[in-house]
Amino acid sequence: MDAKDILGLPKTSFSAPQEKKSRPQKDSQRKPDGISREVYALTGGFAPLMPSIDVSHLKRRSHSDKEKITWRWLPFTSSARTDNLLLYHWVRVVNGVPPTGDYSFAKYNKSVDIVKYTDEEYDKYLTDPMWTKTETDQLFDLCERFDLRFIVIADKFPSSRTVEELKDRYYTVSREILIARASSSADVAGNPLVKEPYNVAQEIERKRSLSMVLSQTKQQERKDSEVLAEAKRITETRMLEKSAEDAELHVTSPAGAENTERATIDVESVSPSSNNQLPTEPVAPPTATDGTSTPASLRMLRVYLRTNVLDQMVQAASSSAGLRTIKRVEQTLQDLGVNVKLKVPTKAVCAEHLELRKEILTLLNLQKQLQNKEAEASSLRDNSYTEIPSTPRRAHRGMDQDQSFIHDPLSFGGERVGKRDHKRKALGRFLEAPPSPPQSKRPRKFKDSDG
Amino acid sequence: MPHNSSARKHGGEHSDGGGSASKIQRVKAGRVSEDNEKKSSSKRLKDVEISVPIVYGTISFWLGKKANEYHSHKWTVYVRGATNEDLGVVIKRVVFTLHPSFSNPTRAVESPPFELSESGWGEFEIVITIHFHNDVCDKQLDLYHHLKLYPEDESGTQSTKKPVVVETYDEMVFSEPSESFFARVQNHPAVIVPRLPASFNLPPPESIDDMNERKRGDTNDHPLSQWFMNFSEADELLKLAAARQQVQAHIARIKRQMIVKFLGLDDRG
Repeated sequence: MDAKDILGLPKTSFSAPQEKKSRPQKDSQRKPDGISREVYALTGGFAPLMPSIDVSHLKRRSHSDKEKITWRWLPFTSSARTDNLLLYHWVRVVNGVPPTGDYSFAKYNKSVDIVKYTDEEYDKYLTDPMWTKTETDQLFDLCERFDLRFIVIADKFPSSRTVEELKDRYYTVSREILIARASSSADVAGNPLVKEPYNVAQEIERKRSLSMVLSQTKQQERKDSEVLAEAKRITETRMLEKSAEDAELHVTSPAGAENTERATIDVESVSPSSNNQLPTEPVAPPTATDGTSTPASLRMLRVYLRTNVLDQMVQAASSSAGLRTIKRVEQTLQDLGVNVKLKVPTKAVCAEHLELRKEILTLLNLQKQLQNKEAEASSLRDNSYTEIPSTPRRAHRGMDQDQSFIHDPLSFGGERVGKRDHKRKALGRFLEAPPSPPQSKRPRKFKDSDG
Repeated sequence: MPHNSSARKHGGEHSDGGGSASKIQRVKAGRVSEDNEKKSSSKRLKDVEISVPIVYGTISFWLGKKANEYHSHKWTVYVRGATNEDLGVVIKRVVFTLHPSFSNPTRAVESPPFELSESGWGEFEIVITIHFHNDVCDKQLDLYHHLKLYPEDESGTQSTKKPVVVETYDEMVFSEPSESFFARVQNHPAVIVPRLPASFNLPPPESIDDMNERKRGDTNDHPLSQWFMNFSEADELLKLAAARQQVQAHIARIKRQMIVKFLGLDDRG
């Protein structure tokens, strides 16, 4: 009986989702010494969060009783200091003998090895029209004094020089001296100063871009990411188009290779039977209104699942709609009691499903339009007797369609083309609708209103 | 947009006018992929797709008294024809990839029925890789199925009599099948093929599967067949039709509303 039993957890509960089957428990981990079996069982054989120490270590006295430890306030000197300042600190004294030797922290006093040049070397290698010898000397003094902290050096520097200028001068001088003193250029080729020379232009550019990025506002950032996302989308679309074209080439190729005539006949004789895909629609519209044709990218695969096709078609159909609209379409589907994930995705079911989605999109668009019009109308009513735009004309056209709708009870086959035609018209109307004024709230559901 | 190009493609194929241009393209492309096509010597049927309705899933039985810590359930994963036909006519081999804690977790089943039984205690995702006969398709198809052992409703106690069944319906679609494949499966009950015009001659099917062989692979008399689920296309279509009717009625209503509103406005103006 342990904690896990009490809580009703399986023995190896933490690993349960991952470790599916038996695993050799016996040789997994041996109970380490110093931990009681019960405590070890509580951890479930897992490594403890904190390193556990052998208890025997705790019990054992590390110092023999002969050692007598005292702490004393004693003076000390440090080799890191150049003055002979005497400071005091507490020291652990064993058996009355204070520790000798250097101050233990003195070794951390690191200083940078700054190149020293002679006057002769300066005249020979280091002259620079932009720099006088005095200035260079000052720079090197400061470099030594502030351990190459160039920000501080730039601050202390008597004449006004940028950090990059100072760095450039320092590294150039160091490099030149290094090369001049080396017996052959191969000796210093591996030295970082020679291998990766300081690049002023790049440094300046780097800092400029950095400050640009850091000073960007949230808005700009968002805009940028939007643009990037859009660019990515466009690239992807182009890639798809390209792959589709490739597929086209690939598909037409075998015929061409053998004999073109025969192939053309094949195409003509086969196509009418081709599962009523395209012949029913002689002029395929550029948008994906044909619910049954398969995306070329999939057809290229030779084998795929029906659900893959559906996913692609759904995506393509909603590519023009925003994320919110897509969500609303799916919400509507649920309200209608239709599964978003199809249970029996046959060809016919997929086609119907796509049609349904398109109709819902149409409906949502219409609702939006109606609301816009209402808003428009109320504003018109407010400043009455102004000229009324072309609303009536549109409304009449709407009526024609409406009638066709009423005379067009739902059925599957047959009047496909007519319906599609109708839909295209309807979509066209949305396209020609004026850019909408700020939208008010839209009704989310409509199910309840249907008697 | 992929559809853009697919539409373009079909436009090109069916129009006679732009023949010369597309012919050139065809010849050019043909030369490039000649080698590719030689190895599959048979011709491909354009604009034809063959689909094979399948159902894949798992059935798991709780072992009850016989259950122990590591073997609480006995389960079977399978790929079957949607109406239990023999899939051996299309599928050469099915490879089930189990959780790595099983001994040799990659298991190939070389002949129908394509199924595998195991026992264990944990749920995990099974990868089902389908390999096809040479004339069907040289690519393979991956399916993913989550093994379910424990019933969804917490209250429902496990019973050794009633298994947990999870099945998924899907269709394997073969685009532009080879002629020989088409001819071979044309009259097979597991396969949906489009009708070809009478004028079109196919090579005589190579008779490889005799009746005996076909009998063996179907799952009609499968011991688990009483648990198989039914997937009714008609039910789905009816449901969708009802939903579409509803949506169309709403569209019509909104349109009427718009007319009433704006004609009324018109009259006043």
